[in-house]
Amino acid sequence: MTQRSEQQSTAREESRPQLVFGERWVYSPAPQSTEHVSMRERYDLFIDGEWVAPRGRRHFDTINPATEEVLTRVAQAGQADVDVAVQAARRAQTDVWGPMAPRDRARYVFRIARLIQERSRELACLESLDGGKPIRESRDVDVPLAAAHFFYHAGWADKLHLAFPGAKASPVGVVGQIIPWNFPLLMAAWKLAPALACGNTVVLKPAETTPLTALHLAQILEQAELPPGVVNIVTGDGRTGGHLVAHPGLDKIAFTGSTSVGRLIQRSLAGSGKDLTLELGGKAAHIIFDDAALDQAVEGIVKGIFFNQGHVCCAGSRLLVQESIHDELMRRLMARMERIRVGDPMDKNTDMGAINSREQLQRIEALVDVGVAEGCELHQSTCTLPSKGFWFRPSVFTGVSLSNRVAREEIFGPVLTVITFRTPAEAVEKANNTPYGLSAGIWTDKGARILWMAERMRAGVVWNNTFNQFDPASPFGGFKESGFGREGGRQGLQAYLRFHDDVLVQG
Amino acid sequence: MRVSVKKTYKLFVGGRFPRSESGRSFEPAGAPGVNVARASRKDLRDAVVAARAAQPGWAGRSGYNRGQILYRLAEMIETRSASLVDEIRAGSRKSQAAAEREVEASIDLVTWYAGLPDKLQQLLGSQNEVSGPFFDFSTIEPTGVICAVAPDAPSLLGSLAVAIPLIAGANTVVLLVSEESPLVGLVLGELLAVSDLPGGTLNLLAGQRDELLPQMASHRDVDGLLLAGTPDAELGASAADSVKRVRWANLPDRDWSRLDKLTSLHWVRPFVEVKTLWHPKAP
Repeated sequence: MTQRSEQQSTAREESRPQLVFGERWVYSPAPQSTEHVSMRERYDLFIDGEWVAPRGRRHFDTINPATEEVLTRVAQAGQADVDVAVQAARRAQTDVWGPMAPRDRARYVFRIARLIQERSRELACLESLDGGKPIRESRDVDVPLAAAHFFYHAGWADKLHLAFPGAKASPVGVVGQIIPWNFPLLMAAWKLAPALACGNTVVLKPAETTPLTALHLAQILEQAELPPGVVNIVTGDGRTGGHLVAHPGLDKIAFTGSTSVGRLIQRSLAGSGKDLTLELGGKAAHIIFDDAALDQAVEGIVKGIFFNQGHVCCAGSRLLVQESIHDELMRRLMARMERIRVGDPMDKNTDMGAINSREQLQRIEALVDVGVAEGCELHQSTCTLPSKGFWFRPSVFTGVSLSNRVAREEIFGPVLTVITFRTPAEAVEKANNTPYGLSAGIWTDKGARILWMAERMRAGVVWNNTFNQFDPASPFGGFKESGFGREGGRQGLQAYLRFHDDVLVQG
Repeated sequence: MRVSVKKTYKLFVGGRFPRSESGRSFEPAGAPGVNVARASRKDLRDAVVAARAAQPGWAGRSGYNRGQILYRLAEMIETRSASLVDEIRAGSRKSQAAAEREVEASIDLVTWYAGLPDKLQQLLGSQNEVSGPFFDFSTIEPTGVICAVAPDAPSLLGSLAVAIPLIAGANTVVLLVSEESPLVGLVLGELLAVSDLPGGTLNLLAGQRDELLPQMASHRDVDGLLLAGTPDAELGASAADSVKRVRWANLPDRDWSRLDKLTSLHWVRPFVEVKTLWHPKAP
């Protein structure tokens, strides 16, 4: 485009009439009813098919981050509880689940999938109450995907010999699984479904701030008549996770969480003979070329960074914009950001809910302060935030350079950093300039360029002209310091199998 | 009596044959009276730089081309068989027949992997049936720069068994050859140099494991470790700082000569990454 026509088009954009609704078109409240959700006054541990009080007799509050109200109390599992859970899982693996006909294992996993679908409303409400994410996302993403993961993996249980022809595979054994607070039920499904389908038994530790859906999943496992001990759920804080990682009775640890904790786990497992898979942090490059369909790209950017309040390890948090469209894209993005509805997670019109915890809010605020102090320009939505609970405005940093901390560190909140580039080669260089390698996004109308770029991204998932898509059939996991091992698809099964002729060990 | 010309066994880094920058050499236990350059931690860092520089070029070649280069290496080993047998015997107490068997197994191993690179995508990749209007597929890419440690014996076959699967998976490699019998491991460099393998793809160091392994484990620009031997907690812990992929080849001695144990996808899989691509389908 010549400079002259560029000026003309900018002028046209500015003279385009803007829709200004003001106060005349405010959304009416559309609250999701929770009348059918019954929470217990107190949740114990789910061990060997029973609900048992923790030996230490300690329970702690779990709160609604949108209101700071206490929802219920959950058990703090100690060393002795973890010990009993591991023993139960070992018995179940050796006596029941391991020897069971694969077809029957499949049926139990299918049952779990169905029961999640049948109790989907309850699970979606609990997920939003306990974690702060909008009910629209819990209802339309987390819960259906969790059911899909069980359904998909159920079918693998009696087809493992087809997945790896020529290799004789057996279960790893007893697996300790530690999951994060950003997708509590979905992460439980990502971990449990392949482990169970492959014949393993599990001790699962949900995140401290979001244990409720995992505990209701335990009720579903009871309903499904899953044999006792096949899945044991121990709630608690980081200490419980520490007991699990250090337990000598496990054959494998599977962890999803931050890179710093992942490193600690890898360190402590070294030389133990246990298997390990890690799904860790990210700082994804989200690359927008000048020929991209801009309005679609803006939707992709919003989905990439504001989905789940930005509490997404694969969030598109580093926007790389081709210099020639920077101003125009920013204009559209800021206008779109202003229209994001932030507030009550239980309102069906809400786009962005509450930050998961006070600690996480403080981490986000601290890093954003660093960004401002380093001279980056902060743009925020002017939306009204509720007075109680943990909230952060949708935010964009412009004028960011690669060396700024907000461009290097995972913020894990609704904060986008914007960097420009001129050529595809420069975009590749900047995208890969990070120790992380979980995901990347590319927007361009040119097919050859998509494939050329995607091939060069050092990242485990590359979304092209889309972002934040997930499916149980699609392998997910990181390059570099974003971890190792895959979840989903045929490749994801390897994480829960050992091959008889494999002579290499992990440590 | 003729005064013979004695050969110093040098390192192989970035396609060149440097002595150690440290100016040190050693007489290996298996071959007294022979001088071998003793790599320092700086030599290791230089080798990692060479491997990193070679990584995009090697990974960017077609699988077909990588396979042809590995096959060329098999050709080179075949034509040098006689002298390799002598060098294996000079560095160990192997019989002539056992040394010949080792060279033959080495050729067989390299040929097996020469046929693999252009099949990895079909063996380990996939198209994924997702429930949505997307074309979704998973491809295989190298992990990157891998440090490998050969077993003490067999010196030629052991070196190839750890290094060649990594190369076949499009990684670039820094290999520490047998500490006890480094001669034939370093001679491998003379074969690599005439096999069209781009400089830096496979780098060979000789020296002491105690000195070099901690540096391999802690080096931030190394993506993975493949070590012959018993798992070591301290090295594994150090490797965790940059979330390295770590595997130990803890084989009984006899298995290091068994091709069925040494030629399989299990040697490749831990050091390749699965990348999943999504694209919408729309009219």
